[in-house]
Amino acid sequence: MADVLQPDRVLDCSGLLCPLPVIRTSKAIKEILPGQMLKVIATDPGAPADMEAWARQTGNELVDSHEEDGKYVFYFRRVR
Amino acid sequence: MARSNPEAPKRLAIIASKGTLDFAYPPFILGSTAAAMGWEVGIFFTFYGLPLLLRDYDPKVSPLGNPAMPLKMPFGPPALRQISWPIPALLEALPGFSLLATSLMEQTFEQKGVPSLRELRQLCIDADVNLIACQMTMDVFGFKKEDFIPECTVGGAATFLEFAADADVSLFI
Repeated sequence: MADVLQPDRVLDCSGLLCPLPVIRTSKAIKEILPGQMLKVIATDPGAPADMEAWARQTGNELVDSHEEDGKYVFYFRRVR
Repeated sequence: MARSNPEAPKRLAIIASKGTLDFAYPPFILGSTAAAMGWEVGIFFTFYGLPLLLRDYDPKVSPLGNPAMPLKMPFGPPALRQISWPIPALLEALPGFSLLATSLMEQTFEQKGVPSLRELRQLCIDADVNLIACQMTMDVFGFKKEDFIPECTVGGAATFLEFAADADVSLFI
């Protein structure tokens, strides 16, 4: 799945704890256009739950999330 | 500040009433995160929470009277870092101990990737979080408006309550 997703921007939040991954993600998604894809990499064990909640609250689409080399990877599509 | 539009974003209202390092984090973490989720956020800084809005403020933390606070070393071998040192309260009362505890906590936070309070406060400012300084507390403790960051507004109980009346989440910290 990850191979076919082409992010327009990649944000690396490795080594950051709550609340920075969510805050940086919300900033980064405003810097791409609606319909474009943002890839976020995080190591915070709280990130999967927080990123899902953030996507639900903001209405942005969480297209895919998985673990890769011990890191969490998320693909968000900016909705509006 | 009143809300009449049902399509308005969700709203978080927080009262920040404590100014030690440990209690300073939650209002700024929750405020910046809620703003990142598109919520409207207002934080009312009152009593000992008010100094968190000062231009120059460096909150401290003390394990004295704070018995659940773990005292761990931010450096050294991993096994040593895991130990929560059982320090007698009498030692914790010595001059300089709260400085030591504050320094340990700040170093640990930085190592773990938690932003500093100053960064978090700036994130809230950048995200247009409504920072309200309690007028009554300013008068009681002898602060002047110029002592505070220019991004805050000054208000009283009615100002906060009007904002909080339409809040989806209200917290007292």
